[in-house]
Order: sequence, then C-alpha cells, then structure tokens
Amino acid sequence: MRIEKRLQPSRTMVLMSPVLALVLTLLTGAALFKLLGHPAGLSLYNYFINPISDWYGVSELLVKVTPLLLCAIGLMLCFKGKVWNIGAEGQFIFAALISGYVSLQLLQAEGFWVLPVIILSGALAGMAWAGVAALLKTHFGASEILTTIMLNYIALNLLLWGVHGPLKDPDGYNFPESALFTDQTLLPLLSEDYRVTVAIYIALFMLAVVWFVLSKTLFGFQIRVLGESARAANFVGYNSKLLIWMLLLFSGAMAGVAAVSEVNGPVGQLIPTLNLGYGYAAIIVVFMGRMHPVGILIASFLLGLTYVGGEMVQIEQGMPKSIVGLFQGMLLFFLLACDLLIHYRLVLPNSAIPSFSSRRSKQVVS
Amino acid sequence: MDIAFIDNVLFATVRTATPLLLVALGAMMSERAGVLNLGQEGMVLVGAALAFIAAYVTGSMGWGVLAGAFAGMLVSVLFAFIALSLMANQVATGLALTIFGTGLSAFIGADYVGQSITGLSPIAIPLLSNIPLVGKALFAQDLLVYLSFGLFAGLWWIMRSTRLGLIIRAVGENPQAAHALGYPVIKIRYLAVLFGGAMAGLAGAYLSLSYTPMWSEGIAAGRGWIALALVVFASWRTQRVLLGAWLFGFASILHLLLQGYGYDISPNLLGMLPYLVTIIVLVIMMRRKQGIGDAPRSLGRPFSPSR
Repeated sequence: MRIEKRLQPSRTMVLMSPVLALVLTLLTGAALFKLLGHPAGLSLYNYFINPISDWYGVSELLVKVTPLLLCAIGLMLCFKGKVWNIGAEGQFIFAALISGYVSLQLLQAEGFWVLPVIILSGALAGMAWAGVAALLKTHFGASEILTTIMLNYIALNLLLWGVHGPLKDPDGYNFPESALFTDQTLLPLLSEDYRVTVAIYIALFMLAVVWFVLSKTLFGFQIRVLGESARAANFVGYNSKLLIWMLLLFSGAMAGVAAVSEVNGPVGQLIPTLNLGYGYAAIIVVFMGRMHPVGILIASFLLGLTYVGGEMVQIEQGMPKSIVGLFQGMLLFFLLACDLLIHYRLVLPNSAIPSFSSRRSKQVVS
Repeated sequence: MDIAFIDNVLFATVRTATPLLLVALGAMMSERAGVLNLGQEGMVLVGAALAFIAAYVTGSMGWGVLAGAFAGMLVSVLFAFIALSLMANQVATGLALTIFGTGLSAFIGADYVGQSITGLSPIAIPLLSNIPLVGKALFAQDLLVYLSFGLFAGLWWIMRSTRLGLIIRAVGENPQAAHALGYPVIKIRYLAVLFGGAMAGLAGAYLSLSYTPMWSEGIAAGRGWIALALVVFASWRTQRVLLGAWLFGFASILHLLLQGYGYDISPNLLGMLPYLVTIIVLVIMMRRKQGIGDAPRSLGRPFSPSR
C-alpha cells in the first residue's frame, strides 16, 4: 500500500476525517480499558452514553459546552489567520481573576447593570491578557506560541496569589477560596433544576455573529488572506498587524466571557482549580470542527462529552480523572493523522481501479 | 555574602538548569534538522512519570533513567510519524503531543502520586569539587548532571566539526538540496526527533529522580516550553544553549534568594519569574535581530521527496 497525491483536496475527507478520528479514538479507548482490566463495552458506554442518558446529564454537557464553545469561537478566527493563540487558557484565568474581583465588589449591589458590568470586565480582562501577546508579536516579533504559553503560567500564578492572598474569603477558615458569589452576581439559570446558565445563549449568539462575519464580510476574507500569507495580506493593502491585534483581542474577549460563564455560573466563587483546561481543549474543538462555525458547535459537544464522560468513569469505575486529557490528546493525534487523506489517497497494490495519476506512474509502483 | 553562600547559589543554578539544558539541546537538534516539535512539555512529563515508576518498582536508578529516556523517545515516534510521514502541520502535531503527554503521564502516574524514593545522590569529584566558586556547582553534582555536560560537549563537537553536523544542518536549511545529494531527509529528521524525545525524557527523569525527587502531575511546570524559548534565545547554537540554560536556571532560583534575604513576597508572585524572564528574553532577542533570522530556513515545513 502506498500513498498518492490527490489532484484536488477531497472535500469528503475534510468532513470524514473527524469521524474517522473519533472511531479510531473509541477503538483505542476500548483497547485501553480492556488492557486495564475493565470491560471495554461497558466502559465506553459509561464514558460516552451513560452521562447523557437523562436530561440532567444533557444539561451538564451544556455546562461544559458553554465555555468550550466560547473559547473555540475566538480561537477559530485566530487559527484561520494562522495566529497561533495557545493562550485561551491564560486569558480565561486572568479574566476569571479580574471579573471575580469585580463580582466580589458587587456582592451587595442591586440593579440590572451588575451582570453586564461583570461580563464586560471579564471580556476586557481577557482582551488585555491577549493584548500583551499581540503587542509582543506585532512590535517585537516574539512568537505568539511561546508568549501565550508563558502568559498562561503567569495567569495561573496570579490566580493562586489572588485566592491565597487579597481575594481569600475572610470567613473561609483559611481555605484558598474567595467568598461565595451572591445571587445578584450569578448568571441566571435556564431552569431551577439544572446548572445551565444564559451564557449558552451568548455563546450561540456569538457563533452566529462570527459565522456571518466569516461568510459575508470583507473582514472574513481578510482573515483568510492573512492565514495564507501575511506578506500577501500586506501587498493587497490589508494591515496585517491590525488584523493580528483584532484576532487576538477578539479571542481574548471570548475567553474572558467563557471565564465569567464558568466562575459566575456553576463554580460560583474563585477557587485555585477553576480551570479544567478548557483553553487547551478548545484548540481541539477548532481542529475537529474544521474551523467552521457549525463544525465547532458539534465538536464542542464532543469535547464536552470527554469531560462529563471522564467524570462518569471516575465515579463508576474508579478511573483517574486524567483519562480526559488522554482521550483529548488521542482525538487530536488521530485527527491530524487522518487529515493526510484530504490531500492524499491510499492506493492498494494491484488496485483494480487505476486512477489517472497511478497510470502515469506505473513504473514507479512495480 | 560569604563564599559558601555563593557556592550554594551556583550549585542550585546548575541543578535547576539541567532539565532545561537537556530539553533545549534535544529541541535544538530537531530544529536544526528542520522539525519544530512543540511537544517537548509532553515528552518531559511522560519521561518523568515512567522514570519514577521504573525506579520505584525496580529500586534501581539506572533503570529509572533508561525508562525515562526510552519513554520520551517512544512518544516522540508518534509525533515523528504524524508530522514527518503523514506530513501534518507541525505546530498542531506538537500541541497534540503536549496535550496527550500531559494526560498520559497523569494517567499512568496516578497511583504513584505521594510515593517517595531516595533521589540520585551527588558524586563529588575529588580535588575538582574543592575549587572555590565553581567546584561545587560543576563537580559535586549527580550523574545525570555530568551526563548533561557530556551530551553538551558531544553535540557541540558534532555541530562544530563533523560531517554529520553539516548533513543535519543541510537537511534543516534546504531539504530539497540535501535530498538531491542523496541524503535521506526524512530518516535524518526522524532520528533528530527521536533524539529530542530521548533528551526530553532524560530531563523528565532528572526532575522525578533527582530534582524533586517524586512524581506529581504536571511536574515539568512549563520547562518544556521554556526550553523551546531557550533555543530561540540561543539562536540555535550549542554553546549559547548552555549559557542560556544557566541564565534561566539562575532566574528560576531568584525567588529562593529573595526569600533567603527575608523579602516577604508571595511565593505565587515569585513563581511567575521564570515565565516572565522567558518573555523578556524573547523580546530582547527579537528586538536585537529584527526577527528570527538565525532560524533554520526550513523549520516547521513538511518535506516530501516526491515533490
């Protein structure tokens, strides 16, 4: 068997590759469970089906989808423009710290403006953190991959400093946690029985906005040109530095809103472990979702499922919680491997169906 | 400030620099061959977990070190296959390796959190270790530190004055030309990535067998990423990697110094220092050179011999 370049990239494979990657991940997962002495079928059932077998489970999935989708919306634009923002995690954490501080100041405040102010503070804090990377890239030429990663670690240390120091609950028995948020500072729930908040609407609205911008406006086109080549973008008169700024700021804002959706939603206070790696998982969402709005919506459900499923096998079968990262890593690995089939095809030796180019290169084969 | 104090600072600097040096040397080699592997952090973690488990189970440090290096190399094969054979985007593949390695190491190490072993013990070289200032730092370390010195010297010699060094460089600068001359580009790149994996695994082994010595989730704490920045800082040159590693090592223990002097600063704020220094150093380098002019010209670009 050998590989052969396709004359044109296969659109079918663009869509099939994530499905194939999921199947391969499930097969490997089954083998892994079996290897560890767990029944493969039951384990996969517990991981991927059991968590969403009732409405409460589905609502918990939506709780994970909300921050994942918000982060992924911003990252999608960045990656389309080949701006490798690996810093959604740090932007999320820094925004959580700042909006958490704002929330703590507004615990007793009354009025319709309280939540908008908190959301805005989160978005601005996320933008500020992403703005540092934008400044370092456009003014100093420092690789955004490395700077955003470093900013992730710095943000995490800042959060730890906050909850161990100035933001620690004075009545909290010295636990490194802030005071609990009050009802005024918590996002409204969709229903009393579930933990899903209105933030899911914000995420879906932003997804629609981004879909419109990408498909119907010049800005969407400019991002694509930037992704092809920053030089080309400059030649046709687009300001590539400005584009980089806008992409990073937007994605920081989205990560910031994601932070508010989590901290002022299901978590309800600042804690040292509030980041579950959504910023990194959102990277996988964007790749699995083919950098398309509809795709990342579907992919955010899949990645959300890796979280709730991981919790389920942790409870049901005593698996370590790190199985989540393992599944997420496998998913991305398999996806990147399957993406080969977009530009290449597999040709079996003595294939009965000669393709145009294999006839040309017959001598090479034998 | 007395001599003994400076001795200890230099000793700690070299110790802290060792994992950075090991990862950065490995990353430098694969980048010199034109492969950008952002999976260093993941490889360090897998190496650290496996090294600890092997040492804990067998009770032998030797097996621990070997297991660490081997594990790092094994996961780097995944990267090499997808990025080199399947020609996937190297940035994305490297990220995948880091995410996968972080998960895998936490998964296999879960049962060993909180277990303890006696770490690698330092071996003082007679006479040399008594030299004032540098004696303790350079000649009273453990075997892995000496190994890192040896690897540094070997790589420096290979890159400076051997044919192999030239071939690796050619593959990274102009793979088409190297291919035309008959050098197996993909094979050389594979070997470079695998070497990088083994080095990252060694760094992991150093962390979990000597530096801490124990296993905890995310024990690498970004050292894989800092090492990648270090390679940029060093302009892909071996001697500068060593200098840079020592500089970063010193920056990483600054907070101990400050605390030693009685400054009352939150350990979490001081914990930001290595990452902050990394950013500052990147900025200074970029400002001086106006971009990454020294990078191998084909860094990060897939190569297909049939094209």
